[in-house]
Amino acid sequence: MMQATKTIKKRKVKGDAGWGYTFIAVALVIFALFTAYPVASAFIISFQEYKPLGSTFIGFDNYVETLSDSLFWKSIRTTIVYTILTVPVALFLSFAVAILILPLKKWMQTTFKAVFYLPAVASGVALSVVWLWIFDPMPSGILNKLIGTVGADNQNWLGSSSTAMLSLVLMAWLSSHGTSIIIYLAALLGIDNSYYEAADLDGATFLQKLRYIVVPCLKPTTLFLLVTGVIGSFQVFQNAFLMTGGGPDNATTMVGLLIFNNAFKYFEFGKAAAQSLILALLIAGVALVQFKFLGKEVEY
Amino acid sequence: MLFKNHASNSMTKYIRNGTITLLLLIFALATLFPIYFMIISSLGDPVEAGAMNYSLFPSKISFASYKFFFDYSAYSLRWLFNSLIVAGTVTVSNVFFASMAGYAFSKIQFKGRAFLFTLLLIAMMIPYQVTQVPLYILIVNIFHIQNTYSALILPGLVSVYNIFLAKQFMGSIPKEIIESAKMEGCNQFQIYWRIILPLSKTVLAVMAILTFMENWNTFFWPFLVTNTMDMQTIQVGLKNFRFANTTYFAPMMAGATISALPMFVLFFSLQKYFLEGVTVGAVKG
Repeated sequence: MMQATKTIKKRKVKGDAGWGYTFIAVALVIFALFTAYPVASAFIISFQEYKPLGSTFIGFDNYVETLSDSLFWKSIRTTIVYTILTVPVALFLSFAVAILILPLKKWMQTTFKAVFYLPAVASGVALSVVWLWIFDPMPSGILNKLIGTVGADNQNWLGSSSTAMLSLVLMAWLSSHGTSIIIYLAALLGIDNSYYEAADLDGATFLQKLRYIVVPCLKPTTLFLLVTGVIGSFQVFQNAFLMTGGGPDNATTMVGLLIFNNAFKYFEFGKAAAQSLILALLIAGVALVQFKFLGKEVEY
Repeated sequence: MLFKNHASNSMTKYIRNGTITLLLLIFALATLFPIYFMIISSLGDPVEAGAMNYSLFPSKISFASYKFFFDYSAYSLRWLFNSLIVAGTVTVSNVFFASMAGYAFSKIQFKGRAFLFTLLLIAMMIPYQVTQVPLYILIVNIFHIQNTYSALILPGLVSVYNIFLAKQFMGSIPKEIIESAKMEGCNQFQIYWRIILPLSKTVLAVMAILTFMENWNTFFWPFLVTNTMDMQTIQVGLKNFRFANTTYFAPMMAGATISALPMFVLFFSLQKYFLEGVTVGAVKG
């Protein structure tokens, strides 16, 4: 009897394994073809001078060239500046807005969430078209009119190297906080009321509760948003490509755009592949550092 | 509560909530302004914008700029159709195959399961810049399917993120349900089809919506692999329209509105799933 059930069980497990492989088959083929193969291929291409009919192997030349290229380092610096200006500010704004939404009635919470999320629904191309006109350098341009009311001078927003980066940053501040607001709010609603009650008994003020309850409880959320934000920011391409084309004088050429230009403007596939792998390494490094320094007390 | 709601004096509470609402409204206005500006301006006349004055309030409502946008290319409508085909196919395929893989990874025992899943997770962290060049070479120089629907659709058929989403959700379905279905003589496909899918409706809806939105809005890949107007998606078409008509302000806004409007409609009718979709991937990352 025992043996009989054992064989049945065995057969079942065996049969199930077949189903398992069948169920992941399509996903696995797509993954192998369009992710795994390209990653492996990127390594090979990065050691080659790519030509459609037979590439030549050139060792580490692409890497050496990249690391001694001042434009590459400039693009890294630009990317870091952009990240520092956008990610922490966006996080702080989202945090503040989520705190402000919290005491409101349910329907108002939902309405504000929807409003702040709306720009994320519109396509990046559509938004870039709109922002291009907001940054119109003519005195009649929207933003120039706005700063004109406080007496500031007319600016050539996207066309001058001193304001082009600022313009992209401003655009990011106003169109990319929806997701983090919603995530922060969900985390805030998840904080147990008993913490606040205990704090109230001790006579804690609003700021003390914020400092000693909310900030520590939201640390995993902050870490998550910070890491994903930084990773996303290091790969940023579209806004620079559509709004400034990287200019003027490469003031807004971020790594993502530089790699794109090398690949599809100059068709230097080998160089682009090498640069993309350096970028991947850089991103992994930054993510690790963030986890190490900020993730110490975070439990998952 | 973080905020004191037992404040003895209801006046203070009203003032506090009023101030909060006011602050939020200001921020909301700044957030919504570009979208408002886009829609309002699209209703203007299709004239060249020399030293024109932008008006923040419409003096008249005209759809001539929309007509201008559609008249620009014989394929303007086709761009919308292409976007619909691509986003629709990719969405259906993801809902079906990603949920299937997610179920296998969460509930079926097979050799190499943990290894394969870890491989997928690692791949998710690789920036897309790494794959863009080899993927382009694969599609254009090896498969020779540049400028076809296959080129637009194939790489997106099953996304790792969606597999991950499905696996996370299905992992919480009690094992007993599956066991008892087995006792009743269901095979794994029947279990997947009749039990797992109906139980996972919410996560599948979230997945479908996010996938559709992402693929409707995507610009980079269609821009790379299409080279004739008839195969472009609406985002690529809009970009080309912009470059060809740099001074036509209102038609440009009309084009932008056309590209964004389907997502707005979808968002307002299925808001709950959109907002749920934001948090579902973030919880216990």
